[in-house]
Amino acid sequence: MSLASQLRVTRDSFTLDLDLDVPDGEVVGLLGPNGSGKSTALRCLAGLSPLAQGRVQIGDTIVEDASRSTYLPPERRSVGYVFQDYLLFPHMSVADNVAFGLRARGVDKRTARSRAGEWLERLDIADLADRKPRQLSGGQAQRAALARALVTVPDLLLLDEPLAALDAATRASVRALMRSHLADFGGAVVLVTHDPIDAMVLADRVVVLEDGRAVQSGSPADVAQRPASNYVAQLVGVNIVRGDALEGAVSLTQGGSVHVADSRISGPVIVAIRPEAISVHRKQPEGSARNAWPGRVTSIESRGDVVRIEVASEPPLAAIVTPGAVASLGLHEGASVWLSVKATDLDAYPT
Amino acid sequence: MRSVRTMSAIALIGTIGLAGTACSSAADSTASSSTTQRATITVGAASSLTDVLASIAAEFTKAYPGVSVQFSFAASSAVAEQIRGGAPLDVFASAGTTSMAPLIDERLVTGAVDIATNSLQIAVPPGNPAAVAGLADLAGVKVVICQEQAPCGVATAKLFDHNSLAVTPVSYEPDVRSVLGKIEADEADAGIVYVTDVLSAGAQVVGVAIPAEANVTTTYQAAVVSASPNAAEAATFVDFLAGPEAQAALAGAGFAPAP
Amino acid sequence: MSSRRTTPIPVGILAAVGVAFLAIPLVGLLLRTPWSRLPELLSSPVALQALRLSLVCSLSATVIAVAIGVPVAWVLARSAVPGTTFVRALVTLPLVLPPVVGGVALLLAFGRRGLIGQFLYDWFGVQLPFSTAGVIMAEAFVAMPFLVITVEGALRSADPRFDEAAATLGASQWTVLRRVTMPLIAPALLAGTVLAWARALGEFGATITFAGNLPGVTQTMPLAVYAALDGDRDAAIALSLVLLIASLAVLLLLRDRYLRSAPS
Repeated sequence: MSLASQLRVTRDSFTLDLDLDVPDGEVVGLLGPNGSGKSTALRCLAGLSPLAQGRVQIGDTIVEDASRSTYLPPERRSVGYVFQDYLLFPHMSVADNVAFGLRARGVDKRTARSRAGEWLERLDIADLADRKPRQLSGGQAQRAALARALVTVPDLLLLDEPLAALDAATRASVRALMRSHLADFGGAVVLVTHDPIDAMVLADRVVVLEDGRAVQSGSPADVAQRPASNYVAQLVGVNIVRGDALEGAVSLTQGGSVHVADSRISGPVIVAIRPEAISVHRKQPEGSARNAWPGRVTSIESRGDVVRIEVASEPPLAAIVTPGAVASLGLHEGASVWLSVKATDLDAYPT
Repeated sequence: MRSVRTMSAIALIGTIGLAGTACSSAADSTASSSTTQRATITVGAASSLTDVLASIAAEFTKAYPGVSVQFSFAASSAVAEQIRGGAPLDVFASAGTTSMAPLIDERLVTGAVDIATNSLQIAVPPGNPAAVAGLADLAGVKVVICQEQAPCGVATAKLFDHNSLAVTPVSYEPDVRSVLGKIEADEADAGIVYVTDVLSAGAQVVGVAIPAEANVTTTYQAAVVSASPNAAEAATFVDFLAGPEAQAALAGAGFAPAP
Repeated sequence: MSSRRTTPIPVGILAAVGVAFLAIPLVGLLLRTPWSRLPELLSSPVALQALRLSLVCSLSATVIAVAIGVPVAWVLARSAVPGTTFVRALVTLPLVLPPVVGGVALLLAFGRRGLIGQFLYDWFGVQLPFSTAGVIMAEAFVAMPFLVITVEGALRSADPRFDEAAATLGASQWTVLRRVTMPLIAPALLAGTVLAWARALGEFGATITFAGNLPGVTQTMPLAVYAALDGDRDAAIALSLVLLIASLAVLLLLRDRYLRSAPS
């Protein structure tokens, strides 16, 4: 286990209470809204913010244990940290930035420079070695920051919103590059993001953090398909409703009921309804669909080659249809519609 | 010519400074115009006369209620330059004759009279830690004196010359006040200042007398500034300085009578 | 490139008044300069001694101000030590204190009978007044606040996360300070150093009060100017001119090369 940590921090009304264990070679994505404590967790792991309680073990070293007043400062932890806005030292060239960690750890100048050069090569920015950070594009700076963090071969790599500062076009290419480098990196990786795509693409496991607590943990696919919170559901674009299941019928907390295929599940559950699985009609549908709700269209939004419509039904739902369907059904804001979904398309899981 | 031009700048500043007081005295004169004709005279005087002139002015105003007196104290040489630059001064009271003499020659002042003399004394800190008993003891101790450009410095140089002393001071201070400061702080073992300065410094400084035959005497003079619009009142004040009340005050401050 | 940008008229007028106010006295000095006597006046032993002493003392004072002023600035800007507000007021006091009062205060502390000076004198026979070291102390005393204020401001506005980044890269606090924090505030450090030096060079009141006035030992340029004012006015003006030109040259040089091109 390359990272084993229990993080407890209290600041004003905010409490972070997170256990985070990451084996070597695993990338954990910490996903959460602003203020959920993701960045605080990273700062604690790096030693930039002290723990109130708990402990942090990186590799074989216990770097912090609040109960024993053990605390190693950041510079004595084997951690690489890529900051959201990179924080490349503006007065140093790219090469000096990358060599900094080695020089600070006592590596002689020549060795440091040549090792930094190798990393610049690996990240394909060797030609930028002599530039100053302000002469770099966002993507280039991101690579330089990654090289700077990786050059010391840390046991733990921390990435704080590594792609947030990039424009959409650069983002895709850097994400792909990053994915391959994270795969090569042998240590534990904790990646903080509020972008589900970053989490899905880069992380082996996603931990959803809300209000300082982990509300869900699992593979990206798991989390995307069975969101445990409205935040994640919204992020991944899935409708979720809560209720009590009994013999295939779920009576919803907010009123109404849905039928699910799984008749064995019982007790409090979350039902995920994928927007793609929802059919939209102008009249009450006949036939096999047992889940049908009337409602009024509140918004129509084009999403590339599909259209997302939101319907004030009970429960309120979002559906994804084709532009052709919008035209043939004559959909507009305020139109009355019926939504239906097959029980086999619903996924009910315990909360 | 050159110095006249620079000095006019100084005089300008002086005028601005005096303008404030002129305004207030103007207000005074309106208030009391029904009783007597009031005049205000401004005396430019050597700094070493600061304390004694204040008490003399009080006496003077008692004797001549119609005339009020205000002062501008500076080094005698500076006052002389101010007069040369046209500063609105009525009376010049100088320490030494070197500043006064050229003004007399240039007819910038008239009616100069000797009002007092002052001589030098060795000033030592209380307790006299270096045991200075006379001029002969100055050679081995830390001595501070006035710089040669200041009147007290001129007198001190004369004193050393007169007694064939080779004293190397640790500092040439810009003025008497500064010399006394070094003695009061007990940084220096001895300083050369005027008798009157030792007296006015109080308990922080002790004087060691210099015998009259070895000493250097500075004569203080007063004169009416030729350009004064209050020449009559100015002359009255100069006369008063030579009179008994003023002489008593000067003696009380340690000055010796003019020969 | 901003030549088409116009200055509001009231601003322009007041700015012109401001420049005139500062520049005209200097012009006056230039007009009064005895150019023909200049070589003779400036090559006099007193002038040369004063010039040399001024350079030695002001540079030494600047070195001291940087060496102990930067740590003060750092503590004021970065540490959570209680009472920093008070300390800040304390260290900026020499800015508002009349220099002569500063000199008196120095005497009371480091004079032969001073708080600390008495031990220096009794144990080691050291007397700072009337010594070149005393001049350097007086100059450092009045000059250091300029450095502290400038550097503290820069440290406050510098992003402390660069320091954090350096720490995560394994840099000790000292390395962070040396290789990241200080280089980042280099322009401000330089500006503060120049200000401190300029203040030290022009120092008069504290110097003459604390260290006295002895040619070759404690008589720096400003003291020599003051002494000459009472006698040879031409010499005073000539010395002032040297002071003026030396300061102007350094300020111009630094301003153009570093101070203005400070990175945003």
